[in-house]
Amino acid sequence: MEDQNTEGQIDGAKALIKSLEAEGVEIIFGYPGGAILPVYDPLIDTPIRHVLVRHEQGAGHMAEGYAHVTGKPGVCMVTSGPAATNVVTALADAYLDSVPMVCITGQVALQNIGTDAFQECDTTGITRSITKHNYLVTKAEDIPRVVKEAFHLATTGRPGPVLIDVPKSIVASNNPDSYFDWYYPDEVKLAGYNPSLMPEESEIDKAIELMLAAEKPVLYVGGGVLKARGAQALLELAEAGNIPVVTTLMARGAFPDSHELCLGMPGMHGNYTAITAIQKSDLLIAMGSRFDDRVTGKVDAFAPNAKVIHVDIDPAEHGKIRNPDISLVGDCRLVMDYMNSKITGLGGSASFANHDAWRETIVGWQTKYPLTYEQSEPGEYLKPQYVIEQLRDSCPADTIVAAGVGQHQMWASQYWNFDHPYTWVNSGGLGTMGFSIPAAIGAKAAFPDRMVWAIDGDGCFQMTAQELITATAENIPIKVALINNAYLGMVRQWQELFYDERYSEVHFGHDMPDYVMWAESMGCAAFKVEETADVKATIEKANQINDRPVVIDFRCLSEEKVYPMVVAGGSNDDVIVHPSQQGEDS
Amino acid sequence: MSQTVSYQTLAVLVENKAGVLARVADLFARRGYNIASLTVAPTRDERFSRITIVVDVESSPLEQISKQLFKLINVVEIQELTADTAIQRELIIATLDLSDGEKSTIDDVLESYSGKVLFDAEGQITVSMESNPSKVDEFEDELDKFNIVYLQRSGRIALPKIGRSIAKHTAGFE
Repeated sequence: MEDQNTEGQIDGAKALIKSLEAEGVEIIFGYPGGAILPVYDPLIDTPIRHVLVRHEQGAGHMAEGYAHVTGKPGVCMVTSGPAATNVVTALADAYLDSVPMVCITGQVALQNIGTDAFQECDTTGITRSITKHNYLVTKAEDIPRVVKEAFHLATTGRPGPVLIDVPKSIVASNNPDSYFDWYYPDEVKLAGYNPSLMPEESEIDKAIELMLAAEKPVLYVGGGVLKARGAQALLELAEAGNIPVVTTLMARGAFPDSHELCLGMPGMHGNYTAITAIQKSDLLIAMGSRFDDRVTGKVDAFAPNAKVIHVDIDPAEHGKIRNPDISLVGDCRLVMDYMNSKITGLGGSASFANHDAWRETIVGWQTKYPLTYEQSEPGEYLKPQYVIEQLRDSCPADTIVAAGVGQHQMWASQYWNFDHPYTWVNSGGLGTMGFSIPAAIGAKAAFPDRMVWAIDGDGCFQMTAQELITATAENIPIKVALINNAYLGMVRQWQELFYDERYSEVHFGHDMPDYVMWAESMGCAAFKVEETADVKATIEKANQINDRPVVIDFRCLSEEKVYPMVVAGGSNDDVIVHPSQQGEDS
Repeated sequence: MSQTVSYQTLAVLVENKAGVLARVADLFARRGYNIASLTVAPTRDERFSRITIVVDVESSPLEQISKQLFKLINVVEIQELTADTAIQRELIIATLDLSDGEKSTIDDVLESYSGKVLFDAEGQITVSMESNPSKVDEFEDELDKFNIVYLQRSGRIALPKIGRSIAKHTAGFE
């Protein structure tokens, strides 16, 4: 089909695949269709693996799951129009959680853009506010440069999703205009992009001064520490200063849960100690965290007596919600590395104020208000917390856990023991139901030898379960713990507490659909567990199965609620603890 | 628009690429910032255009608006310009329907504001005037005393005042 004038040249489709190879892409999650067809042809000849998903949203979440656990950019590729709109949810999710991702969408031929052509939509317009940047490529010879820039943007500074919209005509091998002399740029030249990685050292020195003097400091650690590969630096810093650490939903695993300085998760469903330590602190060291409303509750009442040191690579996060006393725009790991070496020079641990009294107060809260639940009565359905504890205790320490969104996500974050970074994959910012199954598949595709469990709810499961067909077909055997409580549990909880128990449109039923039958029809091994006594044995059975995905339908109590809880917009001084802990003075 | 304390001017140097204005406008809409006026023109360096935006800083703090704007990959530099640190200019043109005896009155107004007559026919007159925004406000108030057929103000353009330092965000590109 090649035109004579194009001899020795490469067409846009081959160039696109070759550019992805040049970026070291190992795997693409995607779904073909009309406008992207030309790119699927050279895909046959590349060593890059392609995972054929069942819905484009799944492709996006798989790319996110892959990126969460590897730190490398996840790549997804879909066609134009409805495929592009289907991937929008995943792009928005990746944008809010700063997940590095490159999404390639097909577009109608250049000459048809703007004519309301078949499967045409304004993809770059639709995705403008949910991507770090996006491109509509109009010349084939721009493809290598744009791919190079996209990967650079996705992975540097504050990471995020970048979309490349590729019109069919510039990748069509029968279009002479799609041919050009192959090149791949060595470097990226972006006039408006130059993220600052290190603040002035003198500013960090001022922060260190505050840290050394603080009597009740807390390290308020967010996802930025994981993005910066800063877990080791954080451990050194916390230990040197004897500083308690809270890890937000996006930072679970950034600091070992079993470490004595770890207080766990703060926020709306955080534990009493993590929330209260922040409230009573005199210095909050916000490390790669962004004062999200689910953490702060009522902003005016958040950590009212604390000075704030804010370390974040995104200048716009500084002062967005809370004005810091010291603002350090930079990469969390580089800043902590500097802090650690400076502190060592100043005499290490001895240079800090004594925190023994502060630690003692904290231990007091931990003793009085641990996370707790009551085991179900004989004959009752399961307690979700118990299921997650059993799962935790039956799996290797480096197991990757992906969660959906809702009660089960909060219980997973609360009751799992995260001792390693990059073992927790969840949708924190956007709160995307249906995230866990495709995200778990992306994670398992990255690490086939690791155990990957999706902890899912029944509402979430019904949104993306079809990707279990992908898991079976592509031999990516994830495991799914379905916390089946027959309800949209979190909505039910709010209706119980705040809407006078008027349950509006939240009941699904334990048996509709038949999850075991559904899972088996998709090629999974499937079990149903109704008795507390059977939980552990069934998990162990599931952990022995490695040749196909596994789904366990755990029949859980509908009435169980997530505690502790701070009501939306309420002060973090007003933590509602588990009913068994209420009535005591707090 | 009136020159009150709640408005600030941002001179935004952007890459001269398709869709950049849409990105800027989208960002304002998405984050709930209000634009009072907006002017776009290419610069002498063909790679760049300058967008001069007058923003309502009641809707959100200027610092946050600038920082969010600066996150756009195509934004190269932002100057935060105030009445103190910048020379700001707007243009106003208006067509007036003059009744008997008003010709000399409008001539007086034009003289004291250095306004110009652009066209004059059939008892109507089209005038123009350019100055700093508060002066243009005053001039508009004067025009209000006549029968206005059409009136249009331009967006604002601005330059840093000679010898004054200004707050700016820059990617350091040469």
